[in-house]
Amino acid sequence: MRLALLVTHIRAEEKLLIGAFQDAGVEPDIILDRDLNIDLAGGPDQAAPSGTHWRDYDLVLERCVSTSRGTYMLAILERWGVRTLNSYATATVCADKLLTTLALAAAHIPQPDTRVAFDTESAMQSISDVGYPAVLKPVTGSWGRLLARVNDSDSAEAILEHRHTLGGYTYHTYYVQAYIEKPGRDIRAFVVGEQTICAIYRTSPHWITNTARGGSATNCPVTAELDTLCQRAASAVGGGILAIDLLETVDGGLVVNEVNHTMEFRNSGAPTGVDIAAQIARYVLAAAAVRV
Amino acid sequence: MSNHTIECLECAAAITLPGNVMQNEIIACPECGVELEVISLQPLELDYAPEVEEDWGE
Repeated sequence: MRLALLVTHIRAEEKLLIGAFQDAGVEPDIILDRDLNIDLAGGPDQAAPSGTHWRDYDLVLERCVSTSRGTYMLAILERWGVRTLNSYATATVCADKLLTTLALAAAHIPQPDTRVAFDTESAMQSISDVGYPAVLKPVTGSWGRLLARVNDSDSAEAILEHRHTLGGYTYHTYYVQAYIEKPGRDIRAFVVGEQTICAIYRTSPHWITNTARGGSATNCPVTAELDTLCQRAASAVGGGILAIDLLETVDGGLVVNEVNHTMEFRNSGAPTGVDIAAQIARYVLAAAAVRV
Repeated sequence: MSNHTIECLECAAAITLPGNVMQNEIIACPECGVELEVISLQPLELDYAPEVEEDWGE
């Protein structure tokens, strides 16, 4: 079997994945996105930086930390008929919060009230419509970067003016969500194919609970309710290897906050007792083995 | 493979790398926290990790 792992560099997750593939008897080719130099009209018979022709890979697992590089490579490889995980469609939807919201809404998945505006004045109205406090997010980006909790109209005006003046055009798409009062934590659930393999609570005194921002991880039992919602959310964005972020509402419900398609999981194996890398490797190798 | 020790580019602390360290692996200096990339295994060589870009994430 020929498997490639497309990466920006080797994070803890990629190292765990490589070990899991090796344990399964497969040595993946590591392809750095910085080394790519592709003839876009040349098709899959050209050689990857590994020396192997792209056509000869049974599957390419995209694990780039760079969203743009990863997504474009999925577009290229899919166009050439090279099997990938995740799919280009899934990555595209997950990489953009607005597209994620649309996909979840189409599947009637509960999520925070969300609006979009493209002008600062209409964005003020959007924020007022979802109510204070609100959350203003860039439509792309990760690790909690540039999220703003907007507590009142004065801070809304200031943040919108800063984004309009200092930000690039992607920051002029004003994606506004209702702030969900949560119990000092959120939930990250890991979905691999048809299975919710485990979940963690991410607890933090800060309203941003990402473990990349210092949130701590503890096991979250995968209840039937959580499993069903995660499966529906995963399916709504196209399925694959995903991390679903959920918030608990004051009335005991769950809402889906976002879906990640190249998730980090280094802090989640120990509290859950689940070998996430091994589960992903098993799924990837099964997908790679399917003859089409 | 045994552990390796190499000097931090930022603070000159001795960094012990595990025996299974990989090419292009990102490591953090335990003393100053700077992120470094292993750019060569033979000989062992570090460089500063690439700066986080706007589209980086999960």
